[in-house]
Amino acid sequence: MIDWGAIFSNAAVELISPTTAAYALAALGLAVHFGYTGLLNFGQAGFMALGAYGYAISILSFGFPVWGAVLVGIGASVIFALVLGIPTLRLRADYLAIVTIAAAEIVRLLFTTNTFEPLTGSANGLSGYKGGFAALNPIPEGSYGFGPFEYNAYDWWLRIVAWTIVVLACLFTWQIMRSPWGRVIKGIREDEDAVRALGKNVYSYKMQSLVLGGVFGTIAGMIFVLPRAVVPSNYQTSLTFFIYAILLLGGAATILGPVIGSMIFWVLLSFFSGFIARAVEAGWLPFMTSVQAGQLRFILVGVAIMLIVIFRPQGIFGNKKELAFVK
Amino acid sequence: MSSNPVPSSKPVKSIDLHIGAAEPGCRKRDPILIADGVSRTFGGLKAVDVDHVEIPRGAITALIGPNGAGKTTLFNLLTGFDKPDSGSWTFEGRSLSGMPAFKVARMGQVRTFQLTKALGLLTVMDNMLLGAKGQSGENLFRAMLPFFWRKQEEENKARAIDILTRFKLDTKKDDYAASLSGGQRKLLEMARALMSEPTLVMLDEPMAGVNPALTQSLLDHILNLKTQGMSVLFVEHDMHMVRHIADWVIVMAEGRVVAEGDPHEVMRNPAVIDAYLGQHHDEDLGADPSAEKEHVVAIKELLDDEF
Repeated sequence: MIDWGAIFSNAAVELISPTTAAYALAALGLAVHFGYTGLLNFGQAGFMALGAYGYAISILSFGFPVWGAVLVGIGASVIFALVLGIPTLRLRADYLAIVTIAAAEIVRLLFTTNTFEPLTGSANGLSGYKGGFAALNPIPEGSYGFGPFEYNAYDWWLRIVAWTIVVLACLFTWQIMRSPWGRVIKGIREDEDAVRALGKNVYSYKMQSLVLGGVFGTIAGMIFVLPRAVVPSNYQTSLTFFIYAILLLGGAATILGPVIGSMIFWVLLSFFSGFIARAVEAGWLPFMTSVQAGQLRFILVGVAIMLIVIFRPQGIFGNKKELAFVK
Repeated sequence: MSSNPVPSSKPVKSIDLHIGAAEPGCRKRDPILIADGVSRTFGGLKAVDVDHVEIPRGAITALIGPNGAGKTTLFNLLTGFDKPDSGSWTFEGRSLSGMPAFKVARMGQVRTFQLTKALGLLTVMDNMLLGAKGQSGENLFRAMLPFFWRKQEEENKARAIDILTRFKLDTKKDDYAASLSGGQRKLLEMARALMSEPTLVMLDEPMAGVNPALTQSLLDHILNLKTQGMSVLFVEHDMHMVRHIADWVIVMAEGRVVAEGDPHEVMRNPAVIDAYLGQHHDEDLGADPSAEKEHVVAIKELLDDEF
């Protein structure tokens, strides 16, 4: 018989997991890029990789404190954004898409290559960098919580920090997007020549947006590796596409969309994988092996996202009148 | 300025703008924009090749010419949206060569586009506010702290309402610009340009795609710009409109300025008639009767207006 309680409680855990927070923050960065500015950044995985590796390498190889490692990661992503933006932001939007997708792959392959193994750990990645973050934890040892949300002190500390960052990033984005700065940014999304004709330095604004969304992605990359190890294969192009899926699910030019989108994405993913794995065990799906079942969840999530995009193209929180991505 | 401009059948013409004979490249008494040796080629085609041209201040200047004469290209060059192969030009005495479009606009030379560029998914009010210059809230760091820009924002809003009322768009201020009709978008684009308090307004085909009922109102708005002390340069095909509101006409053909002068005089200039009629002189007239007819109609309009 299927243990529905376990399936639902495993799915509920994803609501506030640090991974959900990391995806929400990365998607918020993409909302700044794509939803508000109209920049087609397909390299968000690259920004996340820079955050993860920047943080881990600074601590493991150079013995940096936590704040120093965070600054290294952010600095790396600012440089990455400038390198991507300087040649491409003057060109049409599609060029940025091509360049970012390639640059993210270059970043991942550089971290994977054996040449830098002492620093990056090559394909095995890095681990053992959590000490500094754990040492900052003010929560006394022990286990807290209720029902499925029962964690030890480190896990609570990580969740509190991760979601605080997400909330602050949301407030920050909400504030700047309703300011005159945000108006220029949204104007650029609509027609950059018109904005240029009104005396705004479009290139500079696009660069600011690229850097800002990239920094969100980088911090997301750091949150992403705190509950696990740094593994280069996590930063494939598919990561960017999952984040796009989250963004479109929630609504491209919204603040809450990326957050709620990320929660729905991870809860659904966990629910499907738990349900299918147990259904295979219980013999409900005799034509499937458990390995095949592991992949089926992505198919189901894909179908769910397609349905949302077809029947609610503006996303959950998007304004029906805006329809930012079906123009 | 009145909030409800009375259609003025006989606009006040600015006269005596030039020095010497009214010939291509003639000097003006008080030029706002002076261009020298501006050329732009696209592959083998010389789209613009202007030796010298001066745009008078405080007047409405029309830039006319057949399709492909290089009017819009010249517009793009003068506003920094395109880079010339050679040439220099000054605006109010300051050189604009090589200056990016946004800096040109900040200096007070604001343009509109042939294909209207209303920012569809912004409200009409946001479109207007975007036009205002020197907003401190457009800096990312100050944007976070509303008390830096709230007061300026309120002032800009009041000014936007004022301009929108004049353009009869004030009731639409909270609607998306995408919901406006084509003519209303033209009005919005012009109103938005006014938010930046320009000294020279450059209108690229302001009448294209506007229904006749709205034409008169648009004409009055353009005339109002002059009353408010702005200079206007516009590209247009509609000869009636050119005769009606222009104080000075510059005629381009095949990238060059072929004639200049008062709208009544210039249309009698053989070079102008050549420019409109002569471009198919070596072809069989029967080959494309509709194109030919268009030009004949244009010339007929010119002649009709004379009487």
